[in-house]
Amino acid sequence: MAGAQAPGTGGWGRIALILAPYLWLLVFFLAPFAIVLKISLSDLAIAMPPYEPVLDVFGGLAGIGDFLRALDFENYVWLTQDSLYWRSYLSSVQIAAVSTLLALLVGYPMAYGMARAPRACRPTLLMLVILPFWTSFLIRVYAWIGILKNEGLLNLLLVDILGVTDTPLTILNTTTAVYIGIVYSYLPFMVLPLYAALEKLDESLIEAALDLGCTPFRAFWQVTFPLSLPGVLAGCFLVFIPAVGEFVIPDLLGGSDTLMIGTTLWTEFFGNRDWPVSSAVAILLLLILVVPIVFFQRLQDRNREAGA
Amino acid sequence: MSIRRTPQPQRDYAPWADPSAVPLVRFENVTKRFGDFVAVDDLSLDIYRREFFALLGPSGCGKTTLLRMLAGFETPSEGRILLDGEDVSRLPPYRRPVNMMFQSYALFPHMTVAANIAFGLRQDGMPKPEIKARVDEMLELVQLAPFAHRKPHQLSGGQRQRVALARSLAKKPKLLLLDEPLGALDKKLREKTQFELMDLQYELGLTFVIVTHDQEEAMTVSDRIGVMNQGKLIQVAPPGEIYEFPATRYVADFIGDVTLIEARVTAAAEGETQLARVGAEADEVPLVCRPGNGGAAAGDAVAVAIRPEKVRISKHRPEGADVNTVTGQVWDIGYFGDFSIYHVRLADGTTVKAQEPNLSRLTAREITWEDTVWLSWAPEAGVVLRG
Repeated sequence: MAGAQAPGTGGWGRIALILAPYLWLLVFFLAPFAIVLKISLSDLAIAMPPYEPVLDVFGGLAGIGDFLRALDFENYVWLTQDSLYWRSYLSSVQIAAVSTLLALLVGYPMAYGMARAPRACRPTLLMLVILPFWTSFLIRVYAWIGILKNEGLLNLLLVDILGVTDTPLTILNTTTAVYIGIVYSYLPFMVLPLYAALEKLDESLIEAALDLGCTPFRAFWQVTFPLSLPGVLAGCFLVFIPAVGEFVIPDLLGGSDTLMIGTTLWTEFFGNRDWPVSSAVAILLLLILVVPIVFFQRLQDRNREAGA
Repeated sequence: MSIRRTPQPQRDYAPWADPSAVPLVRFENVTKRFGDFVAVDDLSLDIYRREFFALLGPSGCGKTTLLRMLAGFETPSEGRILLDGEDVSRLPPYRRPVNMMFQSYALFPHMTVAANIAFGLRQDGMPKPEIKARVDEMLELVQLAPFAHRKPHQLSGGQRQRVALARSLAKKPKLLLLDEPLGALDKKLREKTQFELMDLQYELGLTFVIVTHDQEEAMTVSDRIGVMNQGKLIQVAPPGEIYEFPATRYVADFIGDVTLIEARVTAAAEGETQLARVGAEADEVPLVCRPGNGGAAAGDAVAVAIRPEKVRISKHRPEGADVNTVTGQVWDIGYFGDFSIYHVRLADGTTVKAQEPNLSRLTAREITWEDTVWLSWAPEAGVVLRG
């Protein structure tokens, strides 16, 4: 849009505007990333900080040379040798994928109902979806402990009030609790893009499908669902990506057999004080997540083009 | 889609005049309420096979609701709708042999042109080769064969309109409903498409019901027009009759340009009505309308509707003008190129419109603003309206 530029506002103003977010990324993302990357290539040391080598800025060119020679990929090799790590990665991806699917199954009817609700009700319903964000994420996850524990609210309801079962259900500290926690926490991220996609769906398309002989069920699968696919994919990525690296939920709700890369990383870092290995774990997690993130970006671009 | 051939006009087509004719669609005392609002009010109507029927009226008059009840998107609150003798009032849209062309076209954006046209056929479980043959046939009909694999957003407005038409015709419906089908097209394309629709309807031998607020469109395409207002049918008649013999002031005013002159009946004889204009000068000649008087009796307050093109304008009092002649001042002139409309204000403030063809160039215009002119019309020109 260079042609639309007003005289006198070009040049520096524009560069400054673009520079600001890039500087932000540089300072708060790229620089820490470089530090973590460097630590992941270092060796464990009983020292402060607990790794070596440490860059000696006063050592001159020879000092930098020694520093670079001391870096290696040893920690990454280690990640492939101990099965704990790849099992953690795999388990994280699996838990995230199943949670995403569950969130889709729960979120789609919600979003559909919201989009079909009377126009006047929609802002209220939207508000209700966003409302949980007003309470701290941590507190909401803690609240689930109160609900899911053996003498918690859920078992109170099932055993004492409804009498459905005699023995209380053991949900807390199992992987089931982790699923519940993830689906609950990330549901708004699923519902919002789905709602956006379903809300702009032209009602007359459904009528056209019915008019041409579709039953309402077939009209849903042949028209509504395909047209909401961009929302489905956006919602799935928005749930899947953060869920893979989730730490708080498996830590608070999960059991000892719940293996997630976030908790593994935490143990490595704070339990073993092995900064280099935990840094390598973090870098690898980032690389694993780059794949779905790139897919997500592609999808967003394509939707933007199709919308234009 | 060019005009392939000029169809023979359906010269003797008038099943509504034949009491033994069986209608394809019959509305029996149909009422539709939305809460307190009555969209369609105790309406009865017959539509015949091979008819091109236009529902005409202002927005909110209930014409779209009527169409949607026919399609099955709304169910009547009272009354029945019969299609081919069968009560379809409660039948869902996917069980009716009726298809609709939507105002927004409602093309499926995720499907190609061919897939859009095939959509209805696939629902019926038609074998694939047959679907393909039928889709090709429809693409040929609307001359969109080269665009079969495009998506709707890659087409122009006119092309989309034709895809929508092809899709709604693909299942060979007993009845095709068109909801403002040409509303999104520009004027030139709309006029061209009107003729194409008529040709198509004639060639395929189908029954079309069109909803429109454009009276010219309704006049051009339809065999009969139903003029609606506030949920009621005011008049149902062929276009010529609607125009020349409007039943009420509302119809006269809604269809075409008209002057309504308030008058009082002085004498009602067989085939002729004499009237005195309300607010007439003492020396003004009486008004005479022939034939018909709408059942008006002497003393009734009525309106005389006169189409502007039936009024002659002159600068001098016409020779032997002993009826239907008034005088006034030219107040406004609307220049339309091929003709001009003169708004002439009479002494009591009534405005009478006269339309004159512009036979010579504008520079030589004989009558201009504030000229005193005489307006006159034949006794056959006016229609006495009681309602």
